Amino acid sequence: MTAQTVQRGDLVTVIGLEVHVQLETETKIFCGCPTAQTDEPNTNVCPVCLGLPGALPVLNETAVEAAVKIGKAIDASIPEETRFHRKNYYYPDLPKNFQITQYDEPICQDGELEIAVEGERRTITIERAHLEEDPGSLQHVGGGGGIDTAEYTLVNYNRAGVPLMEIVTAPDFRTAAEARAFLAELEEVLEYLGVFDAGRDGSLRVDANLSIVDGEEVDDEGRIGTEALEAANRTEVKNISSHKGAEKALAYEETRQRNAIQRGRVVEQETRHWDESRGITVSMRSKEAEKDYRYFREADLPPLRVSHWKDEIPIPELPTARRERFREEYALGEEAASKLTSTKQVADFYEDVAREFDPDLAATWVADELLGELNYRDLEITDVAGRLDAVHRLIELVDGDEITAKNAREVVLRGMLDDGDDPDEIVEREGLGKTGADEVEQAVLEAIEENPEAVADHEAGEAGAINFLVGQVMAKTGGSADPGDVNGLLREELE
Amino acid sequence: MTERTTAVDAEEVRHVASLARVDLADDEVGRFAEQFEDILTYFERLDEVPEVDHDADLTNVMRPDEPRECLETDAALENAADTEDGFFKGPNVS
Repeated sequence: MTAQTVQRGDLVTVIGLEVHVQLETETKIFCGCPTAQTDEPNTNVCPVCLGLPGALPVLNETAVEAAVKIGKAIDASIPEETRFHRKNYYYPDLPKNFQITQYDEPICQDGELEIAVEGERRTITIERAHLEEDPGSLQHVGGGGGIDTAEYTLVNYNRAGVPLMEIVTAPDFRTAAEARAFLAELEEVLEYLGVFDAGRDGSLRVDANLSIVDGEEVDDEGRIGTEALEAANRTEVKNISSHKGAEKALAYEETRQRNAIQRGRVVEQETRHWDESRGITVSMRSKEAEKDYRYFREADLPPLRVSHWKDEIPIPELPTARRERFREEYALGEEAASKLTSTKQVADFYEDVAREFDPDLAATWVADELLGELNYRDLEITDVAGRLDAVHRLIELVDGDEITAKNAREVVLRGMLDDGDDPDEIVEREGLGKTGADEVEQAVLEAIEENPEAVADHEAGEAGAINFLVGQVMAKTGGSADPGDVNGLLREELE
Repeated sequence: MTERTTAVDAEEVRHVASLARVDLADDEVGRFAEQFEDILTYFERLDEVPEVDHDADLTNVMRPDEPRECLETDAALENAADTEDGFFKGPNVS
């Protein structure tokens, strides 16, 4: 909603996000246990991530590098010195009874990310982003499996200590759709940086704050004063695990609060749990206030001084910039440019083929044919990373006019994806190769030489004679020549 | 040295106990209030310790992202009061 559209008496929705993303590292943030997902519980554990007495954490350098890359991508400042803190609370997902996190000295401060919603661009402020450890995972067993009704709890610490980045936005969103667009953009950026795998189960988790304020509090630039924000009761919605989930949960919560206000009720300041299967948010038992976490410095981890890494660690061109460049450099439309930059792998592959072949043809083949067929099979480009050379070859065959686009799409590409065959193999086996011009010409000359009667009939003006000769040429080329072309060639020769 | 001006009251003890998920009987609350008071008084004596220089500045202590051997699941679960199929088992928590 822009400032101009806000009327006196309107209610304005205010949303802020806390996004937890798992960083792609081989090992956990404070110990050498693998982060790989496994079905066997409590196998990737050691004294550090089990919180056994005397075990000491040692920071994973790759996790810090990932944090610096994220900071660079969101144009945040990396302070001269940053450090870790203990957040104390008692819950069985934390074996130490505290979580190592960063409190008042986070590694990234004051960043931003631009999003586009329905063609309108907005810059979302990112207040901070910090490193922390993931807690373990709990299963609530028996009594229907609900958190409240379960008979007992099973605890698995394989996830405990997986590196997380918590990214906290300013309350800059006015609609659930904007929040969703932000999550999509953020995910793209993180994937481009190579620090995040969206396909990993539970790799993205979102908490959202939502409140409703009076439209009068919105200034000309669409900002809302701190006082008005603090005066409005907000709810924190937890347990959101996807973009779509975020949009649904926030749309639900927005309606619930607006209805309450319109009926003259007060919105409780509380924590609510998003129940994905029921599509509603439900009130949770009140959690600790911030001071109850008794944050204090983690004395087992010395401070970090890595602000200079920002200059030393390169990051790739980011999706928005690449999209713009694709539009200019390859003269692509907005939709094609957007599809072709949706992941770094797609964009890299597109550039690989666009440099060699016609960029338009390459765009059709990557954005429409390849992504379309992959999507149909519920596959991502990363699932066929080892097959991209074969797709490259297929585009080469089409670009060189060696097979028809129809055959390439309907027979070769599908065969490649379904059976894992090579394009040349399929072309050979199915006899799809367009016969070369020389070969057709040769066949035309032979047909003329071998059929003097038909030639004579043609010269005598008999209309059917040429068709007989075309048929002879088609037979010689196994049906792969174009009958129209053959007809033309014959007429040229016979003149 | 600054004198403590407020005594630890029963409400504070109950709050700290609830954060630690500890149930206290009413008669225990008074006893813990006294003990908290003692502990805080001991800590105040640290104010008398003169400031000393910090340890040598240690920064950027990190390790390469290389896997190390983990504990066997049996060893990991060895101290657990209860287990099930490789999991730690505990009471319902909400």
